[in-house]
Amino acid sequence: MKQTFAELGYPGRLIAVEGLDGSGKSTQIYLLKRWLEMQGLKVFFSEWNSSALVKSATSKGKKQNLLTPTTFSLIHATDFADRYERQLVPLLKAGYLVLCDRYIFTAYARDVVRGCPPEWVRGVYNFAALPDLTFFFKASLEVSLSRILDNRPTLKHHEAGMDLNLSPDPYESFRIFQGRIFEQYLAMSTEFGFIVMDANQRIEEQQGIVRRLVDSHVHLDQYRLAKAA
Amino acid sequence: MARSKSRKPRSHPQDDTSVLIPKVTPKRFYGQGIPGVDSDSLTGKLIVVEGADGSGRSTQIARLVQWLEASGHHTIQVGLKRSTLVSEELEQAQQGNILSRTTLSLFYATDFADQLENTILPALRAGSMVIADRYIYTLMVRDLVRGVDETWIRNLYGIALAPDAVFYLEVRPDLLVQRVFAKNQLLDYWESGMDLGLSRDMFDSFLRYQALMRDTFRRLQQTYGFDIIDAERTPDEINQELQRRIQAVLCGKD
Repeated sequence: MKQTFAELGYPGRLIAVEGLDGSGKSTQIYLLKRWLEMQGLKVFFSEWNSSALVKSATSKGKKQNLLTPTTFSLIHATDFADRYERQLVPLLKAGYLVLCDRYIFTAYARDVVRGCPPEWVRGVYNFAALPDLTFFFKASLEVSLSRILDNRPTLKHHEAGMDLNLSPDPYESFRIFQGRIFEQYLAMSTEFGFIVMDANQRIEEQQGIVRRLVDSHVHLDQYRLAKAA
Repeated sequence: MARSKSRKPRSHPQDDTSVLIPKVTPKRFYGQGIPGVDSDSLTGKLIVVEGADGSGRSTQIARLVQWLEASGHHTIQVGLKRSTLVSEELEQAQQGNILSRTTLSLFYATDFADQLENTILPALRAGSMVIADRYIYTLMVRDLVRGVDETWIRNLYGIALAPDAVFYLEVRPDLLVQRVFAKNQLLDYWESGMDLGLSRDMFDSFLRYQALMRDTFRRLQQTYGFDIIDAERTPDEINQELQRRIQAVLCGKD
């Protein structure tokens, strides 16, 4: 059974947010980060799919539609491993509060929807410890979809799940794809002890709950930046 | 007709025109494989040549390709770091030596998966011979000597197709180093395993690293059952043995 960073004896703590595009999770983690920073705590924020080195390959693959479910999964795992080994782990060892906008559960959900065997995907990410807190922002599917689709954005090929041939219409494809990811999140929710947030609530209401929960689970005083001598 | 016959007398007329049709044998993936791939549709043969730099891999492969094509088999070559998707990035990363272990493993796995899905499987489906200049075993062995978890790496390469034949060209490290010097007069950082910190002396590190690699290959051989080829012989002798073994594979024998 996988362990959390606290269980593994790391001084730092990792807090992750998960949810569909348009669930408001990025807004919430941003506000959490600001709150922690303003208290003078050691905070680091990391986003999914952002390691510089892997980025060029990922964007090339996506642009040219070179990716299959397996390579899509592996290239994101590579990106994650790069951030994990070079940033997250050292910072957690140094006693940081690490905030992650998406963590391994994003891969568990997406890759499985794309057809990768769940045991294989979990095995690939087996090197990563579990977050100490995972907030799942559960907005109704319609709310998430309309937040993204109302401005009729240009959906990228993979973002819309077009590689799955769900529908020739990118918007319809996006709806079906997101619906399936949503089901995966729900299925994982109990298994991984997600804190399920009602993402249909007001931003402030949600942020109040997030701050209270973080405050009650983490001894924030331990994470103050060392004062210059 | 009579004239052409008299102009070109042949003792064994079949030698020039008959082409052996390879027997189709069942294929399997090591683990879960690639989503949606029916392994029964893969009628070609996958032949892997493994071995350290200096073991004669390239020479042997070039000859095998010649021979297979001359025998009427369409042949495709693949190798490590040749994918369209990540080969450039992988090269850069290796030059800079900036990636951690798991990241580098996964990067190589991505390169492998890309070639597997976009080159190897389509070629096998078309009935071609695929010659792989190294396969997952080199990648696994490199990781294993660096302490990567074996269960993890096996799961990772559960996507790989089990080849029809794997030949590991084995050369003892002290002979290997002579061959490398005869060609380059320079030891490669990675091929010397300098990142392992076995020794600060590159020559010494090379010998120790290559011995570790060989031992780990032998250990994997017990699981994956590939053929260990004595590659300290002449190129001709080695090639004859490889041809004989491949011929058996084409005839559907193990």
